[in-house]
Amino acid sequence: MIEIRLFATFRENRKKIDYIDSNQVEKALDIVNYYGIDPEDVAICLINGFHSKLTDSIKDGDVVALFPPVGGG
Amino acid sequence: MKTSYNGKVARINLTTREVKVEALDMDLATKFVGGRGLGTAMLYNEGIATVEPLSEANKLIYATGPLTGTASPTAGRYMVVTKSPLTGMIASSNSGGIWGAKLKYAGWDALIVEGKASSPVYINIEDEKIEILPADQYAGMLSETVDEELKKVHEKCSVLNIGPAGEHQSLLAAIMNDKDRAAGRSGVGAVMGSKNLKAITVTASRNVIEPHDADKLREAMTDCLAKIKANGVTSGGLPTYGTAVLVNIINNTGSFPTRNWQESYFDKADDTSGETLVEKHLVKNSYCHRCPIGCGRVVNLNGKVVGGPEYEPLWAYGGNCGVNDLNAIDEANFWCNEYGLDAISTPCTIAAAMELYQRGYIKEEECDGVPLVWGSAEAIVTWTKWMGEGKNALAKLMADGSYRLCEHYGHPEYSMSVKKQEMPAYDARGIQGIGITYATSNRGGCHVRGYLISPEILGLPEQLDRTTVEGKAKWAMIFQDLTAVIDSLGLCLFSSFALGAPEYAALLNAGTGTNYTAEELLVLGERIYNIERLFNKAAGMKPEDDRLPKRLIEEPITDGPSKGMTSQIQVTLPQYYEARGWVEAFPTPETLTRLGLEEKY
Ligand code: SF4
Repeated sequence: MIEIRLFATFRENRKKIDYIDSNQVEKALDIVNYYGIDPEDVAICLINGFHSKLTDSIKDGDVVALFPPVGGG
Repeated sequence: MKTSYNGKVARINLTTREVKVEALDMDLATKFVGGRGLGTAMLYNEGIATVEPLSEANKLIYATGPLTGTASPTAGRYMVVTKSPLTGMIASSNSGGIWGAKLKYAGWDALIVEGKASSPVYINIEDEKIEILPADQYAGMLSETVDEELKKVHEKCSVLNIGPAGEHQSLLAAIMNDKDRAAGRSGVGAVMGSKNLKAITVTASRNVIEPHDADKLREAMTDCLAKIKANGVTSGGLPTYGTAVLVNIINNTGSFPTRNWQESYFDKADDTSGETLVEKHLVKNSYCHRCPIGCGRVVNLNGKVVGGPEYEPLWAYGGNCGVNDLNAIDEANFWCNEYGLDAISTPCTIAAAMELYQRGYIKEEECDGVPLVWGSAEAIVTWTKWMGEGKNALAKLMADGSYRLCEHYGHPEYSMSVKKQEMPAYDARGIQGIGITYATSNRGGCHVRGYLISPEILGLPEQLDRTTVEGKAKWAMIFQDLTAVIDSLGLCLFSSFALGAPEYAALLNAGTGTNYTAEELLVLGERIYNIERLFNKAAGMKPEDDRLPKRLIEEPITDGPSKGMTSQIQVTLPQYYEARGWVEAFPTPETLTRLGLEEKY
């Protein structure tokens, strides 16, 4: 299983946390597409807490967190 | 020459009750810009570095920037500059709202307040008129009440004031303005309290500052506004979720200090996140003067509409105290505003007290029936009020910050502070660059003196690897220098998510008639950073004051995504000094000469 965590506007009309069978996806990009998120809108993609590219591959047990552009201080 | 400076400073002596109008020293303004830079240079030149911070000899400078009050985006800010009673070094605390712009509209670039009144007073400014009036009837009043009462007397004024915490000279006391905006850090409110100065009201008949070149300013502004609008952070993330949106991001990188930095991942963080705040409590956004971003939160607190918490208090009362009750955090934050307490250092001190309690150093009988246990919503609300009131012996100790508290119990190592000021909401073990900012910040533990979270976490202006140290020293220096300029211009740091040195140079040049390039602007920032360092040196700072708490170096993060990491500050600090042209924490004569500061050596 892959754990997907969605934040900020990505949560609108979607779950906050979801799970996908790891056989269904190879890369973070597959997840983004699965949820109908425009890849251009993804500002931060964390795989297991580390910044990653959407083209990075994912494996069973990974946690993928997706954020649109956000900031603060 | 027409310029966006007023060219006028008021020197107000509370001992002699004398008010003197002085011309702004334009050479000094050209060298140090305004706000933070100019205020520090003035304070240094007045010989304040060596005085006792809470004595009559200390001075308070309220300084606007050359762009404060102009049509530039976020141009509503001012800086309080003084010698900090918390750190014993330079304090420069920034605030928004509209008070700073009103001071500028009233015709002043800065106020220098000196001496000490024999009984509580406030200063009333109506354009060129400045008077010192009795404030006995406002003594002990909470912040919002003072604001409302003074507005009954001076109908159209904007109010800056201290709450009871400042009157008690709590070293965590903030200066509040426009009800819930705060110059929060380094105990500046205690200095006001030590002078018996409760408030400063300002009324101005103007509402605009004419720049040197109106066409050029319009052009620069149009460019800046377009960039702010096109930027996902300043047009989307910040207005929608406020700074609080960081709760989930930082937590998901495992760099969210939890239970006084014993851990760095809080499993209940989402309960206190920006997303949850919007869903459950948000009434509307609030905007500082001339701000197109509007990151401020207005929340519903048990039926009362009040200023809401930013990221820092959400973290400090939340994960750092192990609390996931959002309503309690809203309330504790509200009491910080009402008593006039720093909403970072206050909850961080409660977190340190919770660790002392956990380890058995603070005893239950000292807690007046509200034990300092992790996760207690009652504790964060009650102890905040008690610190604001100075209610019991322990609350009085806590009101002077975590360092003095932990030292009192014989364990200063549990104070998560730098230069005795509490560090904010990013674990420097999981995010290497921000540790350089913390260690070398001239005002002690602070994130907004070189916000490396921007490149290390948010990917702005480019994504850096948060776990590595390469190149971070140089990044820290550039961020520190650019921030020093923004703080001196009178603009909000958050504009820098969308704008950079070229845009700020264009605004400044249009405002004052200068001709700075982006590179020259950074040199101004470097000069400001160095004069602050010289102030600290004169104040008795030692090289070992540029240090992080032992925990960050010796105790690896215990769990979560950044498990096993420690700060590599021992690697980055020498690189940083080299980049700055400093030896053992202080500028060399060559560096000072290069920056035109040779006469200060
Ligand atoms: S971005 Fe936020 S803090 Fe900055 S000026 Fe705007 S409302 Fe104030």
